[in-house]
Amino acid sequence: MATALLQTVKLFCERDDRVLIRDLDFALQPGEVVQIEGPNGSGKTTLLRILCGLSDDFSGNILWQGAARRRVDSEFRRDTLYFGHLTGVKFSLSARENLRWILQLKGIPPHAPGLDDRIDQALSNVGLYSYEDVPVYSLSAGQKRRVALARLFVEPADLWVLDEPFTAIDRKGVTQLEGLIQAHAGRGGSVLITTHHALDLPTIRKLQLGLGRGTWQIQ
Amino acid sequence: MADPIVSQPLRAVEVPSMWSGMMAIMKRDLKIAFRQRSDMVNPLFFFVMVIALFPLGIGPEPSTLQKIGPGVIWIAALLSTLLSVDSLFRQDFDDGSLELALLSPQPLFVLAFGKVIAHWLVTAIPLILVAPILSVMLYMDRDTVWVTLYSLLLGTPVLSMISAIGAALTVGLRKGGVLVAVIALPLYIPVLIFGTSAVEAAAMTLPYAGQLAYLAAFLVLALTFAPFAIGAALRISVTSQ
Repeated sequence: MATALLQTVKLFCERDDRVLIRDLDFALQPGEVVQIEGPNGSGKTTLLRILCGLSDDFSGNILWQGAARRRVDSEFRRDTLYFGHLTGVKFSLSARENLRWILQLKGIPPHAPGLDDRIDQALSNVGLYSYEDVPVYSLSAGQKRRVALARLFVEPADLWVLDEPFTAIDRKGVTQLEGLIQAHAGRGGSVLITTHHALDLPTIRKLQLGLGRGTWQIQ
Repeated sequence: MADPIVSQPLRAVEVPSMWSGMMAIMKRDLKIAFRQRSDMVNPLFFFVMVIALFPLGIGPEPSTLQKIGPGVIWIAALLSTLLSVDSLFRQDFDDGSLELALLSPQPLFVLAFGKVIAHWLVTAIPLILVAPILSVMLYMDRDTVWVTLYSLLLGTPVLSMISAIGAALTVGLRKGGVLVAVIALPLYIPVLIFGTSAVEAAAMTLPYAGQLAYLAAFLVLALTFAPFAIGAALRISVTSQ
């Protein structure tokens, strides 16, 4: 069996004296889409934050391509894309400037060949054609989310960690996103996603949280 | 489903250069600052106002104003730094860019350093530029004005660095306001002492190079160590929410 992209060993997390996750042993293979399910407050976001390194409030081990994550932290961060509730989009910058900055943060040189074309293409893919230079504060709520979603088209990453990516996105956008996720898995990338939306994907595993006292189930 | 844009995906550099990361965040912050000018104008306005009120409150006697001038300018600079620093990481924390920064392959201290430099450029530089005019208002002579300028140029980056540590530590709290002052003020004091005493020495035509050298030493110390403290504090603030 190939090395899992991301693996947890006996992951344990409690919050305010409530056990959210107990002894989670879970492996995410390349090319796999895993949907994390559970009622509100069952720890979906907490788990995602732990998995991508935004929370240290856990015990147990997390392995990235077979090695302890903290040892390969810089590779891990380079190859992971996190899309959270807060999107990191700056309202006084334009969509293009936002995307450009986020890519630079990821270590893409600002003068990479064709970078501008790709950014424009990504923005038109999410339906922001002709909105590229408008300050983001004048866009609608859905469009603001779409600016951040455009990252999925340009940002290079093996692992996508998507926390409720469908919030404020219209039906057509949801279908498009599903296609995008499937294409990413087809290229050998992995996706961890939380959503209350029924995903229309052929192969998908589900990790069920919130079954009481930190128990979980993989389907 | 979107068409594949270009056959080859973008690749990030194996080890991104720290310089480019710092410049990127600096440029972004400068751009944002020039679009929301209030962040820039408020500390400056505060600085000018405080200094302008002193002659009105104390009386326009040249000898008194000359005597308190250095202290007034320095205290006003210090308070206006404190006033502006709360917004330094607040917005980034609230809109999630701090999370992105934490997850970027760039070390956090590099990004923190870039942010503080940008913040200093937009809040302290205007203040340093108007300081000579205000010094003349306080009856300082020409040499003293120059020394005021030098001391502010060396001292304000130290103030920015110190207050950034406090701001980074408190950014995750709902009401951090006064806490930044409590954390940062004791650390301001050495800078304040050497800053004012440099200007006072110059006013009395005494040698002032020693005090400026001390300020320069503080600056080197702050530039070397503060970014690490700011980075670590930001990490704590984000990961423990």
